[in-house]
Amino acid sequence: MMRPLFSRRENLSPIASVSDLVPVAVTVRDARLTYGGIPVFQDLDLRLAAGRWTCLLGPSGVGKTTLLRLIAGLSPAEPPTLIRADDGLPLDGRMAYMAQQDLLLPWLSVLDNAVLGDQLRHGTVNAARRERARTLLTAVGLGDRLGDRPDALSGGMRQRVALVRTLIEDRPLVLMDEPFSALDAVTRLRLQGLARHLLNGRTVLLVTHDPLEALRLGDAVHVLAGEPARLSPPIVPPGAPPRDPSNPVLLALQADLLQRLAE
Amino acid sequence: MNVLRPALVAGILLLAWAVLVRVTGIPPYILPSPEAVLVTLVQQAPLLAFHGVRTLLEMVLGFALGAVLGMGAALILAGFRTARRWLLPLLVISQAVPVFALAPVLVLWFGYGMASKVVMAGIVIFFPVTASFYDGLRRTTPGWLDLARVMGGSPWSQLRRIRLPAALPSLASGLRVAAAVAPIGAVLGEWVGASAGLGYLMLHANARVQTALMFAALTVLSLLSVTLYFVVDAVARRLLPWQPDQFPPDERT
Repeated sequence: MMRPLFSRRENLSPIASVSDLVPVAVTVRDARLTYGGIPVFQDLDLRLAAGRWTCLLGPSGVGKTTLLRLIAGLSPAEPPTLIRADDGLPLDGRMAYMAQQDLLLPWLSVLDNAVLGDQLRHGTVNAARRERARTLLTAVGLGDRLGDRPDALSGGMRQRVALVRTLIEDRPLVLMDEPFSALDAVTRLRLQGLARHLLNGRTVLLVTHDPLEALRLGDAVHVLAGEPARLSPPIVPPGAPPRDPSNPVLLALQADLLQRLAE
Repeated sequence: MNVLRPALVAGILLLAWAVLVRVTGIPPYILPSPEAVLVTLVQQAPLLAFHGVRTLLEMVLGFALGAVLGMGAALILAGFRTARRWLLPLLVISQAVPVFALAPVLVLWFGYGMASKVVMAGIVIFFPVTASFYDGLRRTTPGWLDLARVMGGSPWSQLRRIRLPAALPSLASGLRVAAAVAPIGAVLGEWVGASAGLGYLMLHANARVQTALMFAALTVLSLLSVTLYFVVDAVARRLLPWQPDQFPPDERT
């Protein structure tokens, strides 16, 4: 299998542009998190621009995952944290979530895992949705594994299923918590490119501890570091994502970011 | 399933038993020889079958009763916080009362017939099933539930589509234990008061120093227990092919 690693023009455009989602912008203001009485972060402001990828880069334990969980509604927000969509409507039901673990259910087939959202909400999955899942899974190279159970798949394949499951939710806001960090280097690069293509045009928050990943994929990169943690002004890497990781500008930025993370 | 190895082990044990009886000259009313037990098994086959069917029925019905109630209790505990707060302590305390102590009361309430034995077996089975299934329902991988919450699944659909299937391997463990203890409940009930069943037969034979018959009844009881266990185990494996198993198939007993 000798696919080029960094091909820009993988032919995924027909499936990526199926939905006519209106991207949503999200504002987080005065976010505050205390752990055991000590502030992890406070007075933190973050803006997720509509239809853009915002990357949140930080070392472990700095609270970046918690920030993502606050937005996802998975962790209770401490006052005076304010999280709102710019259109004033609630975020519930407009988000999709992808984690470091693929979170595939071991008793369901690849196809059934991909359409889990509908199954959970409505108890059934209509034929159109199932067909779309089939198309998407085939597009990511899993067309002959639809009936397999997850434990028969490699880590990269499983995360591709998770990506399709995220995509099929058709949500304007996608929250990704280190979705590629459990993968080997080559698989990670491929999946980053794939995800960036498939989720183009959505508002994405990607939490990561890998500077190069943030620089490859982000329209804006924020660094969250320090005690209590502060959020850096956005870094905007040059060029259109997914960017070539061998680009010298990117590598220089990476060195700079590593320096800042180490402080 | 490899039959050869267990058969060999059983053969060696039987041989040791036979030798022991010969060498020590133990009178047959203390320890009958394996041949004598075998002869009794054949000669008394109709009697053993009659009582065996009775005990088997009590075991199976008790298993069904205890398993259904146990699963129901676990689901109620997992589904309702109020149920957890009020019923869980009660459930634990109830286990402090030995079934042995309850047996006479159960016979008093449900009579000398099968009902009291079925109830007794059901009680013995209820707790392992409830405890293991409830544990399974509690220990769902948190990430799965996070995902389901963001997807907008209701608590009910999370229970039905994620927590319940995820708890099935734990339930299977509980059912295996239940299958192993089912005979205890049934035989215990028969000891306290019955007019049929292997437990009754064993007491009866024991009192008349028909030790060979007692051993024959014991053999039948063991066979029934082992069969029940393997049926439950096979069904559980069949229904949960996705469950990780560290032992290769040819190593499973």
